[in-house]
Formats: sequence, C-alpha cells, structure tokens
Amino acid sequence: MTNQELKQTANEIRKGIVTAVHAAKSGHPGGSLSAADIMTYLYFEEMNVEKDNEKKDDRDRFVLSKGHCAPALYSTLAEKGFFSKDELLNLRHVGSFLQGHPDMKHIPGVDMSSGSLGQGFSTAVGMALAGKLDNKNYRVYAMAGDGEIQEGQIWEAAMFAGARKLDNIVLIVDNNGLQIDGAIEDVCSPYPIDKKLEAFNFHVINIDGHNFDEIRAAFKEAKETKGQPTAIVAKTTKGKGVSFMENQAGWHGKAPNDEEFKIAMEDLEKAGEA
Amino acid sequence: MSEVKKVATRESYGNALVELGKEHDNVVVLDADLAGATKTGIFKKAFPERHIDCGIAESNMMGIAAGLSTCGKVPFASSFAMFAAGRAFEQVRNSIGYPHLNVKIGATHAGISVGEDGATHQCNEDIALMRTIPGMVVINPADDVEARAAVKAAYEHQGPVYMRFGRLAIPVFNDESTYKFELGKGITLKEGKDVTIVATGLCVGESMAAAEILKSQGIDAEVINIHTIKPLDEDLIIASAKKTGKVVTVEEHSIIGGLGSAVCDALCAKAPTKTLKIGVNDTFGESGPAVQLIKKYGLDSESIAKKVAEFVK
Repeated sequence: MTNQELKQTANEIRKGIVTAVHAAKSGHPGGSLSAADIMTYLYFEEMNVEKDNEKKDDRDRFVLSKGHCAPALYSTLAEKGFFSKDELLNLRHVGSFLQGHPDMKHIPGVDMSSGSLGQGFSTAVGMALAGKLDNKNYRVYAMAGDGEIQEGQIWEAAMFAGARKLDNIVLIVDNNGLQIDGAIEDVCSPYPIDKKLEAFNFHVINIDGHNFDEIRAAFKEAKETKGQPTAIVAKTTKGKGVSFMENQAGWHGKAPNDEEFKIAMEDLEKAGEA
Repeated sequence: MSEVKKVATRESYGNALVELGKEHDNVVVLDADLAGATKTGIFKKAFPERHIDCGIAESNMMGIAAGLSTCGKVPFASSFAMFAAGRAFEQVRNSIGYPHLNVKIGATHAGISVGEDGATHQCNEDIALMRTIPGMVVINPADDVEARAAVKAAYEHQGPVYMRFGRLAIPVFNDESTYKFELGKGITLKEGKDVTIVATGLCVGESMAAAEILKSQGIDAEVINIHTIKPLDEDLIIASAKKTGKVVTVEEHSIIGGLGSAVCDALCAKAPTKTLKIGVNDTFGESGPAVQLIKKYGLDSESIAKKVAEFVK
C-alpha cells in the first residue's frame, strides 16, 4: 500500500473505533486512536495474516497487550474482512462476541486474549519462543501501552526475550504519554523507555507513530535485526484524529455522546477527504 | 508392617515428564529457577532443548506457557505451589484460564509438608484458588503411582490442569500393575458403614492408617481417595454419604476453600450430611521437620482417627 492508501485505511479504522465505542457507550477511544496507524501498517502491510490463514502455523501473530484498546483491533480486523463492520455496533453488548477486551476464543483473527495489563507481552514472547523451537519463520508483534510498562511483568518478559535473543519478536510501545490518572511522567514515569529497553538487550527504534515512512522503515529495520529483539517506541497522540480527544487523558476510557460522536465523525470524514 | 517404599510426588512429576517427553515431541517444560527442587531437572537432563528456565519470574513463565500453547506446544509450567497458584494467580486466571489454553501447571512443595522453609513457602491456599477458575482441572495425587499416572492424564486432557505435588517422601500404596487413573473419578480404597473419610494427597495414606486405628475401636470407616478435586466425583461422595450418614474430609490445605469445601458444596446441594473438615485451620504454618508439622497440625493418622472417633460418637 502507498502511504496515502494506508492513511485512508487508518482513517476508516478510526471511524470504526469511534462508532464502536459510541455504540457501546463505554470503552477506550484515546489509546485506540493513538494505535490506529501502527495497527493499520501491521495488518495491511507487515504481517502475513489473511482471513483464510487465520489458524495457520506459519502466520505472523499479533498480541494487543494493551487490551483495553480492543476497539482498534476489532476495527482493524473488520476492515481486514475477518467479520462484518456492522458487528462493531455490538461492541460490549450482552451476547456479542466483541468483548470489552480481546477474546481469542470467540473473535476471529484475535491471536491472544488480553486485557489485564502486563500479561500480553509475555504470551507474545511464548509465541516467539515456540517459533524458535520449531524453526518457523513467522514473526510476533506485541503492542504495549506506555502506562502499561509500569507493570513489572513487562520487564520480566523483556528480560527473557533479551536474554534468549528472540529476534522474531517486535515490541511496540504506544507512547501517547497519558494514562488514566494523567501524564505518565507525573503518575510514575517510565522514561527513558528506549534506554531501559536497550539495557534489556533490545534493539530500540524511536519513531513518530503517525508517520508511515517512519513506521515502514522501523519494521524493515526490525526484520533485519538479528540476535536480539526489537522495540519500536512510537511517539503518538492520544485520541489522534478526533479534535477534542487529542492529548486529553479524560478520553482514555470514555465514550462520546451523540453530539460528540457527530463531531468526531465529521473530523474523520474531513481527514478522509484530505 | 514391612518397610514401605516412600517417594515424594515431586519426584514422580519429574520422572513422568521424562516419559511424556519420550512419547510426545510437543511437551515442553518450564521452570522458574527451581528445576532442582521441582524435579524438572530430571527432564532437563533428558531433553535440555525442551526445558526452558524462565528465571525467577513466575508471572512471565505463565504467560510464556500460554503463548507456547497457542502454537501447539503442551507446556508444563513448574514452580512451588506458593508461586504457581499464589503469585501467578492472575496470570493463570487471565492468560491461561480465560482463553482455556492447554497449559499444565506442575506445582510442587504444596502444604505444610514443605517443612523447614516455613510459612512463606507453605501453600495451603492453592486448591481454593485454582478451583475457582472456570474450566481448570485440579489434581492432588496421593502417591507416586497416582502422581505419575496423573501427569499423563493431564497431558491427554485438552485444557488447563493444575497438579499439586509434595516435597515430602510419602508411602507408595497403589499397585502400579493394577492402578488406573480416571480424571474426575474418586477411588473407594476401603468400604465401611459408619463414616465416610474423603481424603486427598498425602492425607490419603494417613486416612487409610487412621481407618485401621478406628477399626480397632469398632468404627468401620469408608475411605475415598479424591485425586481430582475439580471436577469432583460428586456421585461417589454422595452415594457414600447416604450410606454412612457422616462425612469427614482430610486435606493438607486450608479448611477454607479446599477439598472440604468442595465436598460440602456438593453435599449441601444434593445430600445434606453432617460433615467434619480436617485440614490446616485458618492459620499459617511454621518451620520444622515435615513429619512433626503434620502431627502438630493434626493431619497424621492418630490425630485423624481421634477426631473421626469423636465425630462419630
């Protein structure tokens, strides 16, 4: 895909995120919107994942360790054709397969259940380890939040991946700078994220997580990096694409009302025309 | 009585893993710097490339096991019960239990028979924790023969299994040539008419010995071995309870939430029966030789017999 096509696709995914969270009347739009560009790149450019190879052994795998950003994953999977976009309207509804957090047992295309922060990355490391044990070529991608890396388990997993030189895994840190209680550096600063990961034997790439040239180059560099895992620390904007949500911690876990939904969709329509 | 062979069920675990490893390439064993103590070191020696030491990081180990299982491996994640069920409870619940992944948890050093290490390492809560997780199978074998058979049954079962093993060498009373392990099925070791003793783990052997003592006092106890606490063999327990009219549960675990609670849950719903729970009372353990602790905490045959006799009176 060209950058323009990726942008258009990401914009459609953002519309799906906002639509789903609005319909659910709850959920996490801020971090879903910040992750949308990278998720788009992963599913439409980077990973060898298609609807018909969903369960194949040699497919690439993605674990959304920051599982509360499920709307981003679901909207991406719907855009990719794993299920109808209409299903997004059922997010978080009783009886819907689109649970509040990713549920691998019921949602087509979801490689791992996640949601309790800190746990998803370990499971991704397990998948990468299995690939090494079986000499498979698939790659594993895990996305963690910058607040999520306050969880100690992230560092247990990072230590393991670094020590085992797992070069078939990429950790993406969605560095939107905000968590529920405020700015990450005010709550309990995880900075410097890059230096910490380097100390755990990661090859670290810092990028603008909304710039497709930088995203493309980073994943290429990750693929070429041998003998150590790669971390992509992506500087992003929480709520990206929706004017009143951008850089607002308050939009971490809140749904737009009808009026706000209208404005949000107008913002995204406008971005789509650009 | 001639000298009986004694084996710690953690030893059985390590040996059974080697057997499984020979038969199945997809068996991998994970440990958290306790391979010597959990006896997965035996597996490591036989299959070094399939033994993964995760270091002292049990939470991550459970996550890695979950990830491995999604790729077709059958991981046996091993640590002390305190850390496998306790520290990593939420990882087991959310990363293994919720997606119902095919991960086996081998938890050694359960209960007060850990001995000298004392209360911080004596897990009397693991059965309670694990049996509340939907879909989790909970197994607590009573001797070496049963423990090795349980490990194989855990492999054959599709889904998460928690296996509880002990540090202390305990008598081997099952006959390997005739023993058959059926997941979820209790075993009536001795028939009786006055009282039903339902026991699990190392308390099974002690309860059998207690039944001998009771016999000399004119009390005819039925003894049931419950190696699978979840799913519980309710039919067997209820039938026996209806026959004897009195039930005693015996376990090396807190009386809160373990076998006793599971039995009471079943009985109160289907066959209310007067029941006495013998186990570790609502207290922490302490340091000391395991055999002395078992006596002090009232889980040896004499203590069991005394309590049952009073209860039946």
